[in-house]
Amino acid sequence: MKTHIAITSEAINIYNEHLKLVNPRSGAICVFIGTVRDFNREKEVNELYFEAYEKMALLTMEALAHEAKGTWPLHNIVMVHAIGFRKITDPVVFIGTSSAHRDAAFQASRFLIDQLKETVPIWKKETYQNDSAWISTHP
Amino acid sequence: MQLYAFGITKDIIGEAILSFPIQEDSIQVQELKALLFKKFPDLLRLPSFAISVNLLYASDETWVNKEDEIALIPPVSGG
Repeated sequence: MKTHIAITSEAINIYNEHLKLVNPRSGAICVFIGTVRDFNREKEVNELYFEAYEKMALLTMEALAHEAKGTWPLHNIVMVHAIGFRKITDPVVFIGTSSAHRDAAFQASRFLIDQLKETVPIWKKETYQNDSAWISTHP
Repeated sequence: MQLYAFGITKDIIGEAILSFPIQEDSIQVQELKALLFKKFPDLLRLPSFAISVNLLYASDETWVNKEDEIALIPPVSGG
C-alpha cells in the first residue's frame, strides 16, 4: 500500500503521478483531474490562484486517505493539489486510486475528491478581466 | 496569541499572522470568535468561518491556549 500526498507550486505532472498508482496486483487505476475552466458564475476567468494552509491541508488529506484505505480494498492512493497561479486548462488537483477491481477504485476516488472539496483548507481565487474574488464553496 | 489568517480572512484582517492579545491563559473558540468579530466586523459578512487549533478543526466549545497554533479557516474551495 503506497500513499502519496503532496501540495505543489510546480506544474502537476500527470504521467509521473499516474506512475505512483501502478501496482502489479492492481487491475484498476482510477484518476480524477480537476482543471481550471474559463467561465464561472457567468464571468470569464483569466486565471486562478490557490492558497493552502499547507500543514493542515496535508494532514487532512492524509486522514482522508487513511479513511479510504479503511473503507475500500485499495493498493495505492495519490492526492496532489496545486498552489499558486494556474491558467485555463491547467490541472489543479490529481486524485488517483488503484485496486484489484474497478468498483473500489471508482468509489474511493469519488470519496476523496468530494471530501477534499469540503474539508481540506485550500482556497481558490478567480481573476477576471477587471477584478478578482475568493471563492466560497464549502460550507 | 498568534492567529494565522487565510483566504478572504487575510484580506479582512490585513495580515497573514495576527498578534491577538487576550487576558486569560485559555479561552473558548466561541469567545475568541466574538472578540474577532468585535475587532474585525467585516468577518460577520462571511457566510461562516471555522477556527482550527493545532491543525484540527475546532468546535465553539474547544478551549485554546496562548501557545496553540490557531487559524481562521474561511469556507474552503480547493479541488
